Amino acid sequence: MVERFNICIIGGGPAGLRAAIAAGSAGAEVLLIDENDRLGGQLIKQTHMFFGSEKQDAGTRGIDIAQQLVNKVQSMTNVKVYLRCAALGLYDDKVLTVLHEKKYRKIRAEKFIVATGASERMLAFPGNDLPGVYGAGAVQTLMNVYGIVPGQRVLMIGAGNIGLIVSYQLLQAGVEVVAILEGSPHIGGYLVHASKVRRAGVPILTSHTIMQAIGTNAVQAAEICALDSHWARLPGSEKTLEVDTICLAVGLSPLSDLLWQAQCRLTYIAELGGHVAWRDANLCTSEPHIYIAGDVAGVEEASSAMVEGELAGLAAAKSLGLARVDVDTAMSQAREQLIALRAGPVGEKIRTGLALAQMRGDEQHA
Amino acid sequence: MRINEHPILKFERGKRIKFSYNGQELEGYENETIAAALHAAGIKELSKSAVLHRPRGFFCAIGTCSSCLMVVDGVPNVRVCVEPLVEGMVVETQQGRGELGGAV
Repeated sequence: MVERFNICIIGGGPAGLRAAIAAGSAGAEVLLIDENDRLGGQLIKQTHMFFGSEKQDAGTRGIDIAQQLVNKVQSMTNVKVYLRCAALGLYDDKVLTVLHEKKYRKIRAEKFIVATGASERMLAFPGNDLPGVYGAGAVQTLMNVYGIVPGQRVLMIGAGNIGLIVSYQLLQAGVEVVAILEGSPHIGGYLVHASKVRRAGVPILTSHTIMQAIGTNAVQAAEICALDSHWARLPGSEKTLEVDTICLAVGLSPLSDLLWQAQCRLTYIAELGGHVAWRDANLCTSEPHIYIAGDVAGVEEASSAMVEGELAGLAAAKSLGLARVDVDTAMSQAREQLIALRAGPVGEKIRTGLALAQMRGDEQHA
Repeated sequence: MRINEHPILKFERGKRIKFSYNGQELEGYENETIAAALHAAGIKELSKSAVLHRPRGFFCAIGTCSSCLMVVDGVPNVRVCVEPLVEGMVVETQQGRGELGGAV
């Protein structure tokens, strides 16, 4: 039996949850699927308070935002949720095949919103495959979801927001952070996070990188060095640090596999983290039945992922003639919120990337 | 090692359950992944790489990187970073690519 819905959303993280709420509030019959056994995506391990304005839940911890969104979704009778449900293929006859509770099924929907998120990037160095080299997100999951420390002495690679925040969370869990390395001459993350870890005595070494991880069956040490202004190794600066964990916080890449398979037009945009789908102002891809929202549309913060989810949910519902009376106001408010979140020098990279993704999208539609 | 005190989080662990790892009996909790239970027991090496037989642990913990594949109840290539731990599970280090047995 093929189940039918107006809108099917793939991924129950911040973007997918907000898309489900928006589409549901417009009266659409919605299915939200997630391959994990709980909703919330990566919000469930974000113990820090969010920034931004009140509209984007600033001052609230990620874990609490996740709970609020999940409660809302569960209160909506026209939004159905399938957990342990992995998308397998998305086809141009608007059929999604899934593996749900280990059974193969087909789902038909008029519109799909792909909100599959992003995955951790690797860094090339000898020994990077040793047990004890983890992505920063993996360390967060282990610590903040399961309450298990990754090790006793950690070397953090990357001083962006994730590297800084996870370092602070490691300290909260009673783990020693030996140093934070940053290849560029500047700290990439917010200074408020950097100050917090520095006050706790963690050195942030800019213009430094890892040369190799040392160990037989697991990480026992790391060799690091300083870099000159051309990113070349400074001879004589090599140092060996005794650590049992190396945590990589060197960025994320969009999980766009499903979009490739569905033959959406994709393009490589470094500013957005990798291959992303071309999209119009409503987050609709080159395939008119497929929308995108969140990190899969370009790696950003959870705050903007939630607003994108709302915009995609409203737009997909509207395209089916299922619009709330206030849909146009709600959509322009969402667009204004996105502009505000991406304002200033911090958002410059994202603005450049999105301009490319949208410009190419418009050309394609023309 | 498990965290018992935390300034923000309270860990409500499920029932204690037993499982086997390479023939050794270990304990974990319900509602945690196999990788989490092994890590709490101090086991970081989960498999050997297919060609050079190098030790591998988990990397991404969201089921996308394929670094944590183990043999679970006789089935190879199980992503233990996302697979929930179940009482009585038989978990083994995977050597290479793994072979499918009869009951899959």
